Amino acid sequence: MSFLSYLISGISLGSIYAIIALGYTMVYGIAKMLNFAHGDVIMVGGYMSFMATSYMGWSPVASVFLAMAVCTLLGIIIERLAYKPLRNATSLAVLITAIGVSYFLQNIALLIWSSNPKSFTSIVSFDSLRLFDGQLIISSVTLVTIAACIVIVCGLTAIVRYSKIGKAMRAVSEDKEAAQLMGIDINQTISVTFAIGSGLAAVAGVLLCSAYPLLMPTVGAMPGIKAFTAAVFGGIGSIPGAMLGGILLGVIEILGKAYISTELSDAIVFSVLIIVLLVRPTGLLGKKISEKV
Amino acid sequence: MKKYRILCMALALVMGLAVLAGCGPQATQSTTIKIGGIGPLTGGAATYGTSVANAAKLAVEEINALGGLQFELNFQDDEHDAEKSVNAYNTLKDWGMQVLCGTVTTTPGVAVSAEAYADRIFTLTPSASSPKVVEGKDNIFQLCFTDPNQGIASAQYIAEASLGTKIAVIYNNADAYSTGIYEKFASEAKDKNFTIVNVTTFTDDTATDFNVQLSEARNAGADLIFLPIYYQPASLILTQADAMGYKPKFFGVDGMDGILTMENFNTELAEGVMLLTPFAPDAGDEKTVAFVNKYKERFGETPNQFAADGYDVIYAIYEAGKKAGIKGDMSAKDICDKLIKVFTSSDFSVDGLTGENMTWSTSGEVSKAPKGMVIENGVYVGMQSGK
Repeated sequence: MSFLSYLISGISLGSIYAIIALGYTMVYGIAKMLNFAHGDVIMVGGYMSFMATSYMGWSPVASVFLAMAVCTLLGIIIERLAYKPLRNATSLAVLITAIGVSYFLQNIALLIWSSNPKSFTSIVSFDSLRLFDGQLIISSVTLVTIAACIVIVCGLTAIVRYSKIGKAMRAVSEDKEAAQLMGIDINQTISVTFAIGSGLAAVAGVLLCSAYPLLMPTVGAMPGIKAFTAAVFGGIGSIPGAMLGGILLGVIEILGKAYISTELSDAIVFSVLIIVLLVRPTGLLGKKISEKV
Repeated sequence: MKKYRILCMALALVMGLAVLAGCGPQATQSTTIKIGGIGPLTGGAATYGTSVANAAKLAVEEINALGGLQFELNFQDDEHDAEKSVNAYNTLKDWGMQVLCGTVTTTPGVAVSAEAYADRIFTLTPSASSPKVVEGKDNIFQLCFTDPNQGIASAQYIAEASLGTKIAVIYNNADAYSTGIYEKFASEAKDKNFTIVNVTTFTDDTATDFNVQLSEARNAGADLIFLPIYYQPASLILTQADAMGYKPKFFGVDGMDGILTMENFNTELAEGVMLLTPFAPDAGDEKTVAFVNKYKERFGETPNQFAADGYDVIYAIYEAGKKAGIKGDMSAKDICDKLIKVFTSSDFSVDGLTGENMTWSTSGEVSKAPKGMVIENGVYVGMQSGK
């Protein structure tokens, strides 16, 4: 029974990683860049929801939409100001810029909200699920997180596969120049990708803070890095891969903590990552790309 | 080349004058003792530093109103960062600090105490609790318990009050404070009337999910969880224990102080949480009542243990200063030597908010009796032994 409860904790944590990882993977798949500021957009989402519910008395659901709106806008602005001018620069320059944006967001948050931690009120307020005479308790946040993750993955897959903008995304991802020649507006496509990724970050932020209700300007940093790991683990650029990678990472982390050592949990997670990448360098579901020389 | 030589000489002259100018006003300073304070006034640990600074200010005002020995306080922010703390220390030294009240937190405390030791500035820290702060430095003293002593005192308190028989511990093994308390707690627990049934850890990077640690404690049948950690992760532990329907007793140390003032925290979750701290704002004695009322009136919140520590530091310096006969026109080194002599003398003791008859050993550690507190209806209440 305790195994089941650990497994569910792991899936819950993994679902949050998965939602964050989707943002990394989409941006990487289409713009071929690592947006390291993604973790900090999560933090902004958390703070937006917190402000809306605690200071303005909004309902939790409305606060999620506000967080999504603000983060979507933030994503577009970041892309316009920081990444678009570097569209043709080396990938290293873009990477450094992303890290700069990450620090910028953290420090702005420090100025606005100070680093005094705030306790986040969970947006989910119904009772936890009790199974087997209360031996197995699944918290309501866990249920909502897992459900949200599934809905988001299905929705994203559908958008990418069937919508017009999804087609454009796939085309840009396949070959930027060719897509441009076919009349696809690359800049707009990339902006939309950032908008979707940042909107997802807001959802992830709210869910993260609901499950672990401690809100600080650095709250997104570590989950961001773990989710990036998850995206690489699952095969960066692949949507199902991000989900698989995220959930596996969460489960390995929790089970490693439970059955091997609480002290070594991160070491275990990253060793698994190294082993997987040694065997399959493109990640679990990554496409094999032969480099042209 | 010649031009440069003249420039250099001019520069040297200006610098020389600046040094002299620095000396001038200090030599003719009145008899006010300049006390420097260092602690986090902003940042994650701001609640500790602000409390100390407020209470120290209060104490200085009271003492100055008495006539006699006069103090001037200058409190600098270090954001709980060792490097910034040393910068703050240098700022204070330039200001002419003669006695240091600080630092508030441990990691900066280790760095600053080394500087203060080298500069021979008498230092009494309100709450930097690691033994590393005072070790081998004859002019650095602590007003708070050292970390190991908190571990020992917690084990003794739990045993004497029979608070639990099966104890689980969750501590941060990446933090010297947390690990230090745990180690002493574990060794002290060996011959007590309780057993440690489960020990789990976390680090700053994994301080999000505590389901595993809590499940393990529950599976081991723990009826009390000892949390030698700060209040931020503790707030997550309380929330997650509540979500999984696990209701053991929780016992914390002074790092737990601050949990009630965390913004938006549901204080119902902290109901019944016990912590070992030397100060109880609800205590009925005259001194505490007067201090709490004054502090509330002035700063609009109930003072915590750190405030009491800060208040006691200033009064301890005052008492010792009166006895040693220090004056504002003495050098920091002379004041330092005189105060060390008084602090380590056997007939010097201070009755403060955080303990009666506080005395200091030559190593700089304080000796006083801790008080157990429990959170009831969102406020700290003194714990009755055997409850």
